[in-house]
Amino acid sequence: MHIPSLGWWLPWLVLAPLGGAMVSPILAARSLKASRWFGALVLLGNFLLAVGLTPFAWNQGPLHYKFGGWAPPWGIEYVLDPVSAMMATLVAFFALIAYPGATLPREDQPQSNAASFQALYLLLSAGLIGIVLTGDLFNLYVFLEISSLSAYALVASGGDRGKVAAFRYLIIGSVAATFWVLGLGYLYALTGTLNMADMATRLPGVLGSRAAVAGLSFMVIGLLIKMALFPLHGWQPDAYSYAPAGAMPFISGVMAKVSAYALYRLLYDVFLKAGPAANALELLSWAAALSILAGSVLALGQRDVRRMLAYSSVAQIGYVILGMGIGNSFALTGAFLHIANHALMKGCAFAALGAFTARTGSSDVRALAGVAKIMPWTAAAFTIAALGIIGLPPMAGFFSKYYLLRGAVTAQAWPFVATFAISSLLSAIYFFRVIESLYLKEPEQTQQTHAVPGTLLMPAMVLAGLIIVFGVFNQRVIENFVPVIIAEEKS
Amino acid sequence: MSSFFEIANYWAVAALLLIGLHGMLARPNLMRKLMAMNIFQVAVIIFYLSLSEKTGASTPVVPHGVLNPSAADFVNPLPHALMLTAIVVGVATTGVALALLVSIYRRYGTLEEPELLEKMREEAAG
Repeated sequence: MHIPSLGWWLPWLVLAPLGGAMVSPILAARSLKASRWFGALVLLGNFLLAVGLTPFAWNQGPLHYKFGGWAPPWGIEYVLDPVSAMMATLVAFFALIAYPGATLPREDQPQSNAASFQALYLLLSAGLIGIVLTGDLFNLYVFLEISSLSAYALVASGGDRGKVAAFRYLIIGSVAATFWVLGLGYLYALTGTLNMADMATRLPGVLGSRAAVAGLSFMVIGLLIKMALFPLHGWQPDAYSYAPAGAMPFISGVMAKVSAYALYRLLYDVFLKAGPAANALELLSWAAALSILAGSVLALGQRDVRRMLAYSSVAQIGYVILGMGIGNSFALTGAFLHIANHALMKGCAFAALGAFTARTGSSDVRALAGVAKIMPWTAAAFTIAALGIIGLPPMAGFFSKYYLLRGAVTAQAWPFVATFAISSLLSAIYFFRVIESLYLKEPEQTQQTHAVPGTLLMPAMVLAGLIIVFGVFNQRVIENFVPVIIAEEKS
Repeated sequence: MSSFFEIANYWAVAALLLIGLHGMLARPNLMRKLMAMNIFQVAVIIFYLSLSEKTGASTPVVPHGVLNPSAADFVNPLPHALMLTAIVVGVATTGVALALLVSIYRRYGTLEEPELLEKMREEAAG
């Protein structure tokens, strides 16, 4: 049974944070506290709405919303199927959980900055949820730019070096988005449509043409830049290092994942529905494997833990893309499970690191010496996240790696099996260096310490708990949250 | 194979894309990088507008009294609408970038990337 009225709720997932971003500065002019609470309520409502809609998308089939009542090939539509339901819930959850820490008033910052920071944060979540929901490829570009523009500004608010990092991020990010539009121009010229589902039905006749290949390549490269796959990751370590620590669980947790989701839509809902694209998938797999290895090796060389985590993200997004590239049911399930799990783990690691940094004033691995004695719970949360990324059971990360590995074995792709193994080993090395520093080294007596507000600690604790819960109940998570995509046989 | 002049606008698009890319990669000045990025974006706008053109077609407004208009007589209005959005996005991006540049220049007194990196390194060291 299909209830059309449920689709009416879909635009609110975007409109609530978007409208919130407009109203928040007006409220902030009267009271910063009020606007902060208002933003939190908007994000809470958004999260509850996403959670509430998920069972309907699972049980009753995809929900649709047609803008202005125009039927899809002409109008823009929003679609909530199990995949986008999972992503929307994930984005809304991370937006909510990082919000209190991110918008914590800072003494070194005038009030007007804090007000615009809140608005930008809401704008970022509106853009990311828009990418997740839209069924229109050009509309996706617009949301991609909404989220990226707010991300540039958020990165820029992290001090003077943050501004230089943000400018570089802006140039590279705009090139990426322009690549997407350029590639889309080719596909539009070939098919005359921008709707994903409609394009999938019109593509088969032109799939082999050079224009289709060029269009797909431009769009994929654009997304790979946005998700910072090696060697297109240049902007990411700086942006992650200088962005305000409070916003990092949100930015590191879901931003790259949303681009990976857009890539899934483009590959699986548009191109693979139109015809086989085994070559493209294989090329993508190799690029992802390279990114996994290069990201892990580069992470080894970092003294700054924030940069180390950023390079680790370059490797981990490679896992997701490799899962999509291998493309059988196990690998795809693993890819989506890893999107959720890695968001939890990296979000938790960045949240814990933010708390350490707030206390010691530095994110260098040496500054973390002995911190576990001062902050045992936060150190435990960081350790749980680290063990998860390495892939030890019963942490959530083990199960997504298990599915990915099983997918690679099923596909008999032995080089990729080796890639997973080597990368796990390397991540064990670079994480144990930090854990050793946290637990086994003596704290320097001279370092000054500051009290850490609870709003910074809360995300680390909640996420660490979820890493274990997602690991222990991973079967339930897959049955109710992470969609199992049955891949069609491809030769 | 179409003659060079029939597809001259597409050659122009390719040239502008390459000029933009070169400017962003090879120019040390951040302001020039931003201008190169704008050239890059404009190339895509020209690309879309070229797609919508048809020989002998007019503006997509049905003249008064025509009962059965044929799509072949009108240029495709959709790419224009899309590019209107892309232009707005480009303006917003340029605005944010200029704000960043002003702020960087006030802080470091230069927009030349090598000098900027040198100053940042000195501050990090000392």
